[in-house]
Amino acid sequence: MNTLTVEHPMIPKPYRVQSLRQETLDTFTVELSSINGTSELPFNPGQFNMLYMVGIGEIPISISGNPDEPRTLVHTTRSVGTVTKAMRKLRRGDVIGVRGPFGTNWPVDLVQGSDVVFVAGGIGLAPLRPAMYRVLSHREKFGKVVLLYGTRSPADILYRKELEHWRARFDLEVYVTVDRALRPWRGNVGVVTNLISKSPFDPMSAVAMVCGPEVMMRFTVLELQKRGLVNSSIYLSMERNMKCGIGLCGHCQFGPEFVCRDGPVFSYDRVKDLLAKWEI
Amino acid sequence: MENLEPILTQHPFLQGLDQKDFDLLVGCAMNVRFDADAMMCREGEEATQFFIIRSGRVTIELHVPGKGIVQIQTLSEGDILGWSWLFAPYRWRFDARATELTRAIALDGRCLRTKCEADRDLGYKLLKRFSEILEQRLEAMRLQLLDLYSTT
Amino acid sequence: MDRIEHSVIDSLLQALQSRGYVTIGPTARNGAIVCDEIHSASDLPIGITDEQSPATYRLKSGNNHLSFGYVLSPVSWKRFLVPPVLTLFKAVKTSDGFRITNETSAPDTPPQPRKLAFIGVRPCDLQALTLLDKVFLGDRYTDPYYKAQREQLFLIVVNCTKAGGTCFCGSMGTGPTAKAGYDIALTEMDRKEGAFFLIDSGSEKGAEVMRELDRRKAAPEEILAADEASVRTRASMGRTLETDHLKEILADNPEHPRWDVVAGRCLTCANCTMVCPTCFCSTVEDVTDLTGKNVERVRKWDSCFTMDFSYIHGGSVRATPKSRYRQWVTHKLSSWVDQYGDFGCVGCGRCITWCPVGIDITEEACAIRENHQTVLPHP
Repeated sequence: MNTLTVEHPMIPKPYRVQSLRQETLDTFTVELSSINGTSELPFNPGQFNMLYMVGIGEIPISISGNPDEPRTLVHTTRSVGTVTKAMRKLRRGDVIGVRGPFGTNWPVDLVQGSDVVFVAGGIGLAPLRPAMYRVLSHREKFGKVVLLYGTRSPADILYRKELEHWRARFDLEVYVTVDRALRPWRGNVGVVTNLISKSPFDPMSAVAMVCGPEVMMRFTVLELQKRGLVNSSIYLSMERNMKCGIGLCGHCQFGPEFVCRDGPVFSYDRVKDLLAKWEI
Repeated sequence: MENLEPILTQHPFLQGLDQKDFDLLVGCAMNVRFDADAMMCREGEEATQFFIIRSGRVTIELHVPGKGIVQIQTLSEGDILGWSWLFAPYRWRFDARATELTRAIALDGRCLRTKCEADRDLGYKLLKRFSEILEQRLEAMRLQLLDLYSTT
Repeated sequence: MDRIEHSVIDSLLQALQSRGYVTIGPTARNGAIVCDEIHSASDLPIGITDEQSPATYRLKSGNNHLSFGYVLSPVSWKRFLVPPVLTLFKAVKTSDGFRITNETSAPDTPPQPRKLAFIGVRPCDLQALTLLDKVFLGDRYTDPYYKAQREQLFLIVVNCTKAGGTCFCGSMGTGPTAKAGYDIALTEMDRKEGAFFLIDSGSEKGAEVMRELDRRKAAPEEILAADEASVRTRASMGRTLETDHLKEILADNPEHPRWDVVAGRCLTCANCTMVCPTCFCSTVEDVTDLTGKNVERVRKWDSCFTMDFSYIHGGSVRATPKSRYRQWVTHKLSSWVDQYGDFGCVGCGRCITWCPVGIDITEEACAIRENHQTVLPHP
């Protein structure tokens, strides 16, 4: 009996595909459940799993489902690499491997009483969504809640129905902007950083959670600082190459940080010097 | 007619100007409203004014043959529209359209240019404010150019 | 401290073998000292020495009968704890997905840790194992293969009485004499009347083996001679690495012009990372058979010198050779301290010997230190 390898943290657990839904032209959402359908995989908003396609490979993908419904693992990703392209062809009932959850989380539980500003760029909305769910399910514990979301074009808007639903709420401000649009679009056009100066939050109390491409996050931080947010109230989610998820493979190093273990969610304070350096 | 002075003095864009500056500006200002889909300016036309948007939503756009109307940026309450009036040959470079009912204060460009030439202090203060708008728009445009969310 | 004669090494090997250990030690093969299974003392590289300098390594027949007359093998011991290729699991594709198949004890299941006795671990390499322990036996995540293998090691250190051409363990405080962490420590003493070993135990396990050996108490002058050899060895090291504030200096100067200079020489061949006794990075790959049905998931050594290493969608984070060399050096001499509380470099000098263009980490660190832009606290 080879118990050693069976317990190896690099061995994935099988999960069954419940559904696969195309979100936009190049993104899709896959919902997974344990093989028996009832086991729970509790996670904190901001964490990620390593998803394994047998014979193809394994990649880190943030969890984008509701942390209060841990029976279903929800992952939204872009089909851009070998693994995600294969993943897009999954059907209901197929089995894939899951390891996780790994990494740090958005500080949702620490910021009760504060205004919360979510700033998402592109697919960066996916890792923020569990934090949105968590905040909305305890809505009374937070001040103003604002979601600023920028994406490439109207066709690239993720979770469109949910965003429309959220926009209709009286206790939530949702602003969406696109980088480019043709005429029928009647919403905002321009980069997401344009939304920050006018957005209704109290910079003295607000905590910002930012996720998107690194450049977008750097410029978002500048705008948040202009509004008066201090560095320790700004949180970012970083992306790096990851092979193990448990701080052993070395790939995700970002200066002294292992993004898989010390991140992906970092206080801006902690990574600001690293972000300013090239190719770290 | 509504006195525009309180609106002007409270606008962040004009914060820090002197009373005499406001006296001058009020003389060049006019209250305007545009229904949804009304054009506020058209590419190539003479740029005679700029707008301080009080409410509504405005799209800066351009018609591209074969593509239709490409929207470049949207503006809303508090934003400034237009700097073509400042620079020769004083012609609008882009179209701007109100996409919903939009209220604004229009400031007469020719009138302001004359006043700025005569009062360089005012000219400096206004140029400084427009430079900041230009800087913000340029930064935003550079980010747009990077096409950050592109898959390729 | 005791003394054993040269001939007792065979008894030592037998004592270990009788306890079920596979004895791994240095042996000369293909023009290099490699670490592999040895059965008797005659497998040791008797009378062979090595010449090492930047980008140069060659064996020579020495004019002595020392078993450990060479300084350092290009092969470090990490390969036994972190195999270059390790099968993590095997799986078969099924109609709906996959099934992991290595719950059996079939011969093709992934390799298993076994009782290994390392003969001839140099003090620098002993420190390398301590550093790897911190990586793989962390409080949050542990590598079970490493852990199981580590628990089954018997470590015999051989202290250094001669500095190699690229050594700088004196600067890193790791040698030439081991202080702790071994089961048995040997010092090979060269005497006209014949070589002998001073022997000491560092653990109960070691003491128990030692008691079986034919030995006598070491004479005070013999102990003194060993101490002198250690001092001499330290003094004769050709290179030094100034470690004072090195962590801060390297972290604060990512745009130092020296990085560009060294990048002009670096071939990003990854040799340094392969021979480094502490480099631990790995990648994981799926290997399938021709049917595509049988899958083996393997972990392989990887190197931060490759473009793939930092690839995220859209490109590599470290696209330039400059950034990749800088990553390696700053990890060894700066961020490793943040991560594990110690330098990731033990001063073995392998990276200098095996760099095809002879880049010298001590020289590069020294060059960054000159004209650095770090504000250091006053002493």
